[in-house]
Amino acid sequence: MIEFAQQLVNGLSLGAIYALIALGYTMVYGIIKLINFAHGDVMMVGAYVGFFSITLLGTNILAAMLVAMLFCAILGVIIEKVAYRPLRNSTRIAALITAIGVSLFLEYITIFILGPAQKVFPSSAFPITEYHIAGISILNKNIFVFISAVVLMLILQYIIKWTKTGKAMRAVSLDMEAAVLMGISVDKTISITFAIGSALAAAAGVMVGVYYNTINPLMGIIPGLKAFVAAVLGGIGIIPGAMVGGFVMGLLETMVSGYGNSMYRDAVAFGVLILILLIKPTGLFGKNTGEKV
Amino acid sequence: MKRKGNKYFVILVAMLLMISFVAGCGGGTAEENQATEAEKIAVGINVELSGGVASYGSNARDGAVLAIEEINAAGGVLGMQLEPIIRDCKSTADEAMSVSAALAGENIVAQIGPLTSGDVQGSTPVMMENKIPLIAPAATAANVTVDDKTGETKAYIFRVCFIDPFQGTLMAQYAADELGAKNAAIYADTSSDYAKGLAEYFKKTFVEKGGTIVAEEGFVKDDRDFNATLTKIRSKNPDFIYVPGYYQEVAPLIKQARELGIAAPIGGGDGWDSPDMVSVAGGDALNNTFFTNHYSSQDTDPKIVAFVEAFKAKYDKEPDAFAALGYDSVQLLVQGIKDANAADSVKIAEALAKITNFEGITGKMSIDEQHNPVKAGVIIEFKDGVQVVRTRIQP
Repeated sequence: MIEFAQQLVNGLSLGAIYALIALGYTMVYGIIKLINFAHGDVMMVGAYVGFFSITLLGTNILAAMLVAMLFCAILGVIIEKVAYRPLRNSTRIAALITAIGVSLFLEYITIFILGPAQKVFPSSAFPITEYHIAGISILNKNIFVFISAVVLMLILQYIIKWTKTGKAMRAVSLDMEAAVLMGISVDKTISITFAIGSALAAAAGVMVGVYYNTINPLMGIIPGLKAFVAAVLGGIGIIPGAMVGGFVMGLLETMVSGYGNSMYRDAVAFGVLILILLIKPTGLFGKNTGEKV
Repeated sequence: MKRKGNKYFVILVAMLLMISFVAGCGGGTAEENQATEAEKIAVGINVELSGGVASYGSNARDGAVLAIEEINAAGGVLGMQLEPIIRDCKSTADEAMSVSAALAGENIVAQIGPLTSGDVQGSTPVMMENKIPLIAPAATAANVTVDDKTGETKAYIFRVCFIDPFQGTLMAQYAADELGAKNAAIYADTSSDYAKGLAEYFKKTFVEKGGTIVAEEGFVKDDRDFNATLTKIRSKNPDFIYVPGYYQEVAPLIKQARELGIAAPIGGGDGWDSPDMVSVAGGDALNNTFFTNHYSSQDTDPKIVAFVEAFKAKYDKEPDAFAALGYDSVQLLVQGIKDANAADSVKIAEALAKITNFEGITGKMSIDEQHNPVKAGVIIEFKDGVQVVRTRIQP
């Protein structure tokens, strides 16, 4: 029983990380129907900005997160302007391949500038406290990551459902041409979408840095892929879906490692992706019709 | 075809080098001319001085050169001075082959290097063809000295390092005999042949010693979250956890194990040897963890202390395992020359194969029938973030 409760804590913490990354993934997809494969790498850039903010500028963790979010928001807007905007009216596969190109570009430009070796996130930035409750160990960083994921999801949901910008986003998502006729600036709306999505990635990056206390230029690849599976699982384009998908993925991986065989963990994760695509391609929360945001 | 062309080119270069070498001798001072060619023993040093593993090669070279200088200062071997001929194989197997061909043309009696198993494989055909012994300081793959297909030992290829899986045997001995472990869990990097080999030999020896393996789990390169599997291992209550792998994964793994309240000793192999272990996991979490290695510069053995001091005095840096293995390669060769009682490469190879109880910096070794040294390894313990030599285990 204690072991199961501990595995639950492990699973929810891991799931919160996936959920954080999946939020940005799913939002960008929801608005412009682009699977932004560079999302995991924007997360990596965010982790590095947070790292340098703490080590060079001496900021605390929250300030580092804000600096990283700001930096990546601008980076996201630039990426969209340079790489995706010229392809907006091309086939979706062209945009997808470009996204993979952007992903590789970000990875190797970071290796070129900073070298391939991992960097150690200073542990002083986030002192760890352990709580032992009835044999279950919970760390303050688990709680921090979990709460951050839930809060960011709620903020995102609020922005999209209740603000004017959110309304514009939903309009662009529904019908780009009609949105233009209604006086919505599509370019501006998509820029904002990328800014928010990339800022979320940066927040996730700093949190992954704190959580695993090492960062490296290729750290975005595997979590990015897992988060993509989480987003598809929950129904890509649906924000609460990404959240639930992330937690399901985290729990699933944990339980496979904990009660099955740790060597099948990734096989199960990606097997789920195949199953979902075969049985219910729109995901757990997906509907076949209606708006997707 | 390309290879053949390469070879002719190499022979041409080698001849040019020889001519320039002879010409160079002619221009020397009277003192130098007194030592005729017969009184010098040429030793080829074919190592990686540029490219991916340049640091391995240059450290091994520094160790080898130090050994040669010490031997020459003490009167040389069989009354002759050793003469190192240092060449860069640029961290590629092709270049290692070309360099060996060139060195063979310079009448070397033996070659030290290259460092990586792949580069040694490149150099091997040339050495076999010319019947010149090659002593590899750090090539750990099993098929370096033994032919994969025929199972025959390569007559002219030797090494002074133990092969990788042997570290698993060492750690199992230490865990069972010194730590008194009865139940061990194995949590290995299953994406690395190196770690899988260590795990396999650990299991074999540990079971032979009467222990039980209570859990066998795996992670893969770039994993960062080990909590689920560690929780499972925790429920099995092992007295010892064996984690062969590289420091990138092992450091966060140990940190997470301690955060989950696992206090059992944790052990691994030389893949742990990195300053990042301490900066990532922290000194506290690393207490009660051990790993096997070829050698440690922190060892208090008087022979090692003397070597470390001499090395520091000459190069102003700490000698790593590659430097020590480079040093031992030369010393082993000298032993071979003495035993053969001739500076003849075929006789030296025969003598090398028979060496027993040779005292090196990296331990006492005997060359077995597969040309692998049977030698001791060191167990290093992390104590508050500092590597301390715990013991030396003789197999």
